[in-house]
Amino acid sequence: MVSTILIAIGVLFNLIGCIGLIRLPDVYNRLQSATKCGTLGTCSILAGALFHFGFVDAGIKALIAIPLLFFGATAAAHALVRGAYHFGVKLGDKSVKDDYKDAVK
Amino acid sequence: MRYLALFILSFLFWLLLTLDVSVANLITGAVAAVITSLLFARYFFDRVYKFLQPVRYFWFVVYLVVLIWECIKANLDVAYRVLHPAMPIKPGIVKVKLELQSDFARTMLANSITMTPGTISVDIIDDYLYVHWIYVRSEDPAEYSRQITGRFEKFIKKTFE
Repeated sequence: MVSTILIAIGVLFNLIGCIGLIRLPDVYNRLQSATKCGTLGTCSILAGALFHFGFVDAGIKALIAIPLLFFGATAAAHALVRGAYHFGVKLGDKSVKDDYKDAVK
Repeated sequence: MRYLALFILSFLFWLLLTLDVSVANLITGAVAAVITSLLFARYFFDRVYKFLQPVRYFWFVVYLVVLIWECIKANLDVAYRVLHPAMPIKPGIVKVKLELQSDFARTMLANSITMTPGTISVDIIDDYLYVHWIYVRSEDPAEYSRQITGRFEKFIKKTFE
């Protein structure tokens, strides 16, 4: 029962992450949605798998995947944002502030 | 010393990942752990004895609880901004002064910031962390530094530095 609820929440957050990926205006905001909702959604699904299987090998592997996903997703988001900025992708029209511009030059 | 610490850590990780104590599996894991520690030990912590200070584990648990709570709040916040018809976003890149000194503590802070409300760390130059923020709440550097790093900095300082 708990596992069903956790997996449902995870799928819902992944869906919201995908909607954000389409709706938000520029690459930086899209990455916000993709990393946050994607990671929490997937972690929730993995926690659901842990509750479903219990502490046998499949459940423990799901538990180990959570920190791996945490480090992987954050490092990937950082690399993509930094890479996009150095490649020359502009911040979207709604942006109000850019302190990084002076630092890069 | 750090070779030994990294070997023990990666060997434990291997055991958790495979959950199998047959001799063949133990030898494979030991060989993989030796290769890992030979290749990567120079990127590992300088002062390994910090692993043996129990108080750090206590603060690590506190830090985890804070992180998970902030992570859930972050997701609800981003979900609200994504689903709202008018999309209330006000993005920008802001500059935050870092108080932490060690590389690992800074990495953990940058990771935590990426996982929390509407912020992604972009780069660290000298003592400043550049953060992309989906909704810039304030124009005052002291105020937004407090909002972005203040939640984690003291726990990370106690745990990793």
